Amino acid sequence: MIKIWSMKKNEDAASKRKPKTSAAQIRVQKDLTELEMPATMKTHFPDPADLLNFTLTITPDEGMYKGGAFKFSFAINTNYPHEPPKIKCTQTIYHPNIDLEGNVCLNILREDWKPVLNLNSVMVGLQYLFLEPNADDPLNKEAAEELRKNREQFLVNVRNSMRGAYIKGVQYDNVQAE
Amino acid sequence: MNGNSSPHEWHGRYYHVDQILDRPGPRTDPSFSAGDVVKDFLRNQCKILVIGAGGLGCEILANLALSGFKDIHVIDMDTIDISNLNRQFLFRPKDVGKPKATCAAEFVMDRVPGVKVTPYYGKIQDKDDDYYMQFNLVICGLDSVEARRWINATLVNLVDPDIPESLKPLIDGGTEGFKGQARVILPTVSSCYECSLDMLNKQTAFPICTIANTPRLPEHCIEWASVLEWPRVMKDKKLDTDDPEHISWLYNTASKRAREFNIEGVTWSLTQGVVKNIIPAIASTNAIIAASCCNEAFKIATSSAAYLNNYFMLIGTEGVYSYTFEHEKRDDCPVCGGQTMDISISRDWTVDRLIEMLVERQDIQIKKPSLSTPTKSIYFQAPPQLEEATRPNLEKKVSELVEDGGEMTVTASSLPFNLSLRVTYT
Repeated sequence: MIKIWSMKKNEDAASKRKPKTSAAQIRVQKDLTELEMPATMKTHFPDPADLLNFTLTITPDEGMYKGGAFKFSFAINTNYPHEPPKIKCTQTIYHPNIDLEGNVCLNILREDWKPVLNLNSVMVGLQYLFLEPNADDPLNKEAAEELRKNREQFLVNVRNSMRGAYIKGVQYDNVQAE
Repeated sequence: MNGNSSPHEWHGRYYHVDQILDRPGPRTDPSFSAGDVVKDFLRNQCKILVIGAGGLGCEILANLALSGFKDIHVIDMDTIDISNLNRQFLFRPKDVGKPKATCAAEFVMDRVPGVKVTPYYGKIQDKDDDYYMQFNLVICGLDSVEARRWINATLVNLVDPDIPESLKPLIDGGTEGFKGQARVILPTVSSCYECSLDMLNKQTAFPICTIANTPRLPEHCIEWASVLEWPRVMKDKKLDTDDPEHISWLYNTASKRAREFNIEGVTWSLTQGVVKNIIPAIASTNAIIAASCCNEAFKIATSSAAYLNNYFMLIGTEGVYSYTFEHEKRDDCPVCGGQTMDISISRDWTVDRLIEMLVERQDIQIKKPSLSTPTKSIYFQAPPQLEEATRPNLEKKVSELVEDGGEMTVTASSLPFNLSLRVTYT
């Protein structure tokens, strides 16, 4: 034991005391305050003191989802970044990779999550889904099928769904940006 | 006072251990004081904390008690389940349902005379710094990343450069099936648990679209039931993986889906295994890792031999392979990395003035710092809503927001990780 204690004296460059902020909390602070948000993305914190729960609104300025405002809830737990943030779309939208319950199929949110990724990577990933919906990893099978078979009809469906139309018996939320 | 004076001792009790403690070996550290001094420390003074009284914990407690540690504390928040009995050998069928910590402590004290084991049935987070400060060493046999991160951060925080004894070596053991690891962490001196977070195996997760559309494995059906169907059907009701009724619901739902897709192999125990992420525990892996941990504890406590530097891994899946290496400390580690600064400012200084001072300081080269205390945000540069919400603080006095001697976390894109500021007022 004595050896351990004496080695501390020689190492005072390494001597530090840290505040009682959890590693997850520090990491979230770093992720959030260094976000470089383009005009197409906006965060909203229902409780500004709670950094672990917030919503993100994406308003694509190009592509087939242009004109919509899409909302996602972010829930980060104390095991971040070991575990990815939990993200759901809070609206019913017509998208091949997002189901009617709001589940999102994005590889970095589940099987490909790594602690070196951050909130910025997740947000960029979500935005990408609106620029390049992917028919190969469907969560809304009908939408994926349409995109694969009849792109023109799919584009019409996207536009109608964003206005709150019924498509194949499902009513989608009006998500038009104000 | 050589540890042989108590009524529990008998001739030759520590004959084998004393072979190591009575004389130095070829690789013994010069600070080793052979004989009575070291024996007295080990047997009468050293206080060790064992976190976890499960598969690893039982082995660790037995090993420590038999190698001469006499003041052992143990924390565990769990109760004994019947499925523990095959390997957690301090427990018997009559103990099912009782707290692990208490039963383990009683068993060891009953079996090894003169050893005092103090149990605590509860969470490690219930205890404060004063509690952890009383120990010389901490050994962990945990199954949770979250608990390890917590104790690691707590022990790093505990280090006070002016008090050498505040450095508590942390010995961390872990097993997963036939694989395991043991490591020695000297908080603030060597690589900490958080430094190696990105080395962890990620939990098996299947792409959500595979689960939704093209299940091929029984696991896909179970994940479908727990990830997609449970929230859809049960709405806001939280899934409790310890509730047998919840597991039954998942099992039935997954079985139905498996039949639909002609998939075989969904069973009740697989369902429980998938949702609780259970990996079968192997008693012999636990024994090897626990032995390695206790060996390190003994060497550190006695300085009788060089201790592990600093990571030992064991892979027993094909033959027996082990590898030992020095995991390096990370400068950008959120727990042990970064810089610490003591600053002394006037009670009249505003937050704005403090930020200006930080930006001007040549030695830290900081741009656009964001500040918080453990309980509140002081000023955030981004995102816009938080900037706006914290902007009124810029005009406030630092002394209204942070107590004398209080600490602030500073993050900025120009810093690899974070800076801790301890503020005192003049």
